[in-house]
Amino acid sequence: MSAELVNIGYIVAAALFIVGLRMLGSPATAVRGNTWSAWAMLIAIVVTLLDRQIITFEWIIGGAIVGAAIGWWAAKKVEMTSMPEMVALFNGSGGLSSLLVGWAALYEPNNTLFILITIALSILIGGVTFSGSFIAFAKLAEVMPGKAIVFGAQRLVNALILGGIVVSSVFLCLDPSVTSVWLYVLIGLSLLFGVMAVIPIGGADMPVVISLLNSYSGLAACAAGFAIHNNILIIAGALVGASGIILTQIMCKAMNRSLANVLFSGFGSVKTASKVEGEAKPITAEDAFLILESASSVTFVPGYGMAVAQAQHVVRELGELLEKNGAEVTYAIHPVAGRMPGHMNVLLAEANVPYDQLVEMDDINPRMSNIDVAVVIGANDVVNPAARNDENSPIYGMPIINVDHARTVFVLKRSMASGFSGVDNPLFFGENTRMLFGDAKQSIAGLVAEFKS
Amino acid sequence: MEAVFLAFVLMLSIFLGFELISKVPATLHTPLMSASNAISGITVVGALISAGNGISTVSTILGALAVVFAMINVVGGYMVTNRMLGMFKKKVDPNAKGGKA
Repeated sequence: MSAELVNIGYIVAAALFIVGLRMLGSPATAVRGNTWSAWAMLIAIVVTLLDRQIITFEWIIGGAIVGAAIGWWAAKKVEMTSMPEMVALFNGSGGLSSLLVGWAALYEPNNTLFILITIALSILIGGVTFSGSFIAFAKLAEVMPGKAIVFGAQRLVNALILGGIVVSSVFLCLDPSVTSVWLYVLIGLSLLFGVMAVIPIGGADMPVVISLLNSYSGLAACAAGFAIHNNILIIAGALVGASGIILTQIMCKAMNRSLANVLFSGFGSVKTASKVEGEAKPITAEDAFLILESASSVTFVPGYGMAVAQAQHVVRELGELLEKNGAEVTYAIHPVAGRMPGHMNVLLAEANVPYDQLVEMDDINPRMSNIDVAVVIGANDVVNPAARNDENSPIYGMPIINVDHARTVFVLKRSMASGFSGVDNPLFFGENTRMLFGDAKQSIAGLVAEFKS
Repeated sequence: MEAVFLAFVLMLSIFLGFELISKVPATLHTPLMSASNAISGITVVGALISAGNGISTVSTILGALAVVFAMINVVGGYMVTNRMLGMFKKKVDPNAKGGKA
């Protein structure tokens, strides 16, 4: 197949990617959008295979079968609650691929300086995406502690690594040999930089990190596209890069923080919040049931704890019982609840919660004072009134769901430990707050049992 | 000159990306992210070329590894997105406990 035909194939693929992404923007067309984009990928792969540049197929077929099998298996097996980890792993995998493509492009004879620069870039961005995503995975899967890891000389160390990356890239471009020691230095430092970039970011900021890494993986593909003069890589990579950046911005705005603030200051490391003193008032399942039974409006506020406890199904069951009992039931979702953008929406959709019962923060807050009972399930920072009242709190200024304005608040919690951010929550000591201690799933199941008896 | 042309394509694509994504409802943020994650697996095209152009044994092996990782990204990404989107559909599931209110 001639180069012209291949490029025409790429144009078709690019158009399908664009239409697919557009369709992903509306719930009615999203499934088709994803299918179209998958077709685009298939077309891009097939026309590439027909390209005259490709002369041997054994390695391609072997690699494609192995990769597709692993991806298929992982996607089938993953629990909906561990979706953020899985997306992080897939993302890292794409980054590593871009690194390898950049590396392999170095074997091409007669690379121009411009191409060498883009090769260095694809190794750098690909490496950062890979190791950064891997650390994000480890934090989300709780293989390593989710808290921000901050140490004194962090900025200095990062500056040195960055300097090393620049120096090794320059030397690699000046002497583009595949045996150059600078190549390995660049790969090593890029991987190290990805690790250093993600460890100071706390668990609660993960939605931002995941979106940002997603953007990087697109940019890595873009750089690889320049390195091998391939416009489909540039177009698709740029689309992903842009979409990742937009999601990152939305997440930052939802936390009222700048991107720089999220990236460079570990949550809670800057200021110490005023200590909150008070006594939490525990409540038993029976008493909670009596209050819920007489409530005419109930709103659930889910957080990461609901995902951990796998409580989404019993929550939906309780919601249905409350509705049958005549209460108006809503689910209030904070934009950064959970560990990735839209995490709670996916879980509640999995549990068959009707779409129209999900409300966003800005819609629920004005009518919060008319809500009889707000049930907080494993959410903490996103309902912390300190964000409104305590100027010294690290989360001050972050928009929250004002559950403390509801007539009664139930907080389902395992213990009195503070949230991922490590910030105390005055909500727990509020006049109208009752704590329902225990595993969220069991607590809710207990309430469901009360309703049924 | 080709570099300038590619940079031009890049610039247009970035603007297009911003236009496409800027008004997606919060509900779809996860599927959108996971779909765009799958699209970033487009680097598979580069990987195929590196694995198949036969420049040297090492570059072929690097390319083949790149194919493996890119395929994980592509296949896993699209399938996971599809699974998630399937949940947003109003479905009649006989196995689901309790009916819809």
